[in-house]
Amino acid sequence: MIDTIFLWIAAGLTLAIFSFLYKDNPFYKVAEHIYVGSAASFWFLYLWFFDVEPKILGPFKEVFHAYGFWGMWAHFGATQWILFIPIFLSICMLLRFIPPVAWLSRWAIAFTVGMAAGLGITGALQGYIVPQTQATLLPVWSGDLLTSFNNIIIIVATLTTLVYFFFSREHKGIIGGFAKIGITFIMIAFGASFGYTVMARISLLIGRIHFLIFEWLGSLF
Amino acid sequence: MREFFERISKIDRRIIYLLVFIGVTIPLLTRKGFEFKPLQEVETAYNFIESLPEGSNVLVSIDYDAASMPELQPLLEVMLRHLFRRNLKVIMLGHWPLGLPLGQIALEKIAKEMGRKYGEDYVFLGYRPGIAAVILNIGKEIRGVFDVDYRGIYLDSLPIMRNVHNYSDIALLIGFEAGSVGDFWVQFAQARFNQKIILTSTAVVTPDLYPYYQAKQIVGLIGGLRGAADYEILVKKKGFAYAGMTAQTIIHIIIVALILIGNIGYLAMRRVR
Repeated sequence: MIDTIFLWIAAGLTLAIFSFLYKDNPFYKVAEHIYVGSAASFWFLYLWFFDVEPKILGPFKEVFHAYGFWGMWAHFGATQWILFIPIFLSICMLLRFIPPVAWLSRWAIAFTVGMAAGLGITGALQGYIVPQTQATLLPVWSGDLLTSFNNIIIIVATLTTLVYFFFSREHKGIIGGFAKIGITFIMIAFGASFGYTVMARISLLIGRIHFLIFEWLGSLF
Repeated sequence: MREFFERISKIDRRIIYLLVFIGVTIPLLTRKGFEFKPLQEVETAYNFIESLPEGSNVLVSIDYDAASMPELQPLLEVMLRHLFRRNLKVIMLGHWPLGLPLGQIALEKIAKEMGRKYGEDYVFLGYRPGIAAVILNIGKEIRGVFDVDYRGIYLDSLPIMRNVHNYSDIALLIGFEAGSVGDFWVQFAQARFNQKIILTSTAVVTPDLYPYYQAKQIVGLIGGLRGAADYEILVKKKGFAYAGMTAQTIIHIIIVALILIGNIGYLAMRRVR
């Protein structure tokens, strides 16, 4: 019974969202608001039960249950003391909502930005730029015609695209010629991405129509 | 002729929607399929899983949500079935909180179907925030991030996790990607810890992941509904993805025809002016 109710809710919400294709209407608005609200509450619950509760409160709870509030402080180990740093930064972040001390949130933001920049730079160098450069160092003739052709495309596309993004000299003469080839490859890449995007969106439509025909209408007949 | 092109250029978008709807519905109802050869990158992924010794640990990362469900959920089920059939152990986690229940639903459904036991053959760890931090810490000690599973059971109490500490105990990582988490897996887990990775992705993300496959940073790439259909062919169990490919092809033909008509109309109108 409960499965049938949820099936009808899912089908109703799908149709409500599809109704936007005709024009904006209250059914679409209701479905949209339900989605935003449920997603936000779901995010909150997940963060609480998979992060705040086990990683922040959990280590304190154990000591609290063993020694009580006043006794626990003497029994805090490195696990508990180190948690005061993220707790302090979290409070700083929340202080954004109190104008006189909102500036304190910059400490938390600075920590996040610094950490993300450090991880991003090392990650990009080690995991992207170096391996991708290595993968471009290909033999022009590999012994096989098709592989050699592919290798030449990769080498020419990489070099000419890099030339296109070289803005220290005006794109004239040889540089201009290479830049034109580069932009052609960039456009081909955009075309491929667009093609894949169309494929993805159609896949979603196929999924929903499959659901409506075989699961929802299928349950009726 | 001019009138015809003028009318074509002013065609109501709702007529296009109707055409697309018909193009999707009819092939699904008629259930007509056609044969095609699986892509090389999908076959490589399949062969790598086939080559893993029985009992190897496979980490499965759920990095998508309901918006990408039609593309990745059928593939997840097919791959889980394949992993269990090969007697591989599945450790599931994820970086998209809204999608994790989808992973859990598929895991429990397939595990039940294949007669696998929780804690021995598979485990669901859940979610921790901070993608890069989670990935890097698994490289040191998985308990540093997930000391308990989603039910709060300590990892050491679960037989499957007793000998799993870091990437050296994980034979393969399969990422189901609808965003940029795949980049994190490659840039941190593969580049730093040499973790073998198969990425499966929505079609939108797939073009961004091909450079990793070309550079041999990942051992396989399964992109979009086509990738899922290829995998269904390889495991000899044709399902939703395979059925959807006919509709996909017809819609592609309709879209190409509309683009051509639009461009011909545009050029013809320009010449008239």
